[in-house]
Amino acid sequence: MNVKFINPFLEGTISVLKTMAFVEPRAGKPYLKMDSLAKGDISGIIGLTGSATGSLAVSFSEAAILKIVSNMLGENIKSMDGNIKDAVGEITNMISGVARKNLEADGFYIQAAIPTVVSGKNHSIAHVMGGPSLIIPFEIDDGSFVVDVCLAEENSKKK
Amino acid sequence: MNEKNIKVLIVDDFATMRKVIRNLLKQVGYEDIVEAEDGVMALKALKSQKIDVIVSDWNMPNMTGLELLKAVRADPELAKTPFLMVTAEALQDNVVAAVKAGVNNYIVKPFTAEVLNEKIKKIMDSINK
Repeated sequence: MNVKFINPFLEGTISVLKTMAFVEPRAGKPYLKMDSLAKGDISGIIGLTGSATGSLAVSFSEAAILKIVSNMLGENIKSMDGNIKDAVGEITNMISGVARKNLEADGFYIQAAIPTVVSGKNHSIAHVMGGPSLIIPFEIDDGSFVVDVCLAEENSKKK
Repeated sequence: MNEKNIKVLIVDDFATMRKVIRNLLKQVGYEDIVEAEDGVMALKALKSQKIDVIVSDWNMPNMTGLELLKAVRADPELAKTPFLMVTAEALQDNVVAAVKAGVNNYIVKPFTAEVLNEKIKKIMDSINK
């Protein structure tokens, strides 16, 4: 996977969570994930097609997403209810939107599908293109989450 | 026009997103806020009360934001209601279609309370001129 895909998703994630949830995520060192096991308790997944094809998943630990959604709604959310599921889908959609706009600057024109949300301990993420995927880990004061991207350029796919 | 006196109708199929927008509006002083979960419910709300501005999502089942906008503009009683479209991305074709249909402005997610307020104020200022 092309390393130039890292920054658009990293910047998109920080921008969305800073703007909508008033948290400052700290990014860790990206690495490759070889299996399909999610790194969090709840994940939003969205398919991407166009000049690069694949999928984006955002997986949150319970502590991290409870804090993020509480901030977004302006109320203290204590359990993983329907609000959380909707918010994870919406956050995934927004991160994809900002990242795709950033990717346009590098000449990639990518469309997104409707996000789906999967939850539960040790759930798995089925990326459209199979593995491995690129993980960008993030921390906020209350917990961790990861951006999990598996994207292949159209040209490299045809080789 | 003061924020307190502006009645806002939020239209979004996701309850969470309606709450998020309500929360942002409250942060900048809006108090009179009503919600609809899709375009059909929005038209019902518009018929039953005076709404000063519609803040509507683009992607919704049953009736999209664009279809709602067209329905509002086609109704003589509602036609002049200010309309702010919320989108996940500012695709050129979508913007052109919304402008053609008579949208007053659009806002791309994610957005701050201040940007949302600025967009609504701009719309209200332009129609009150």
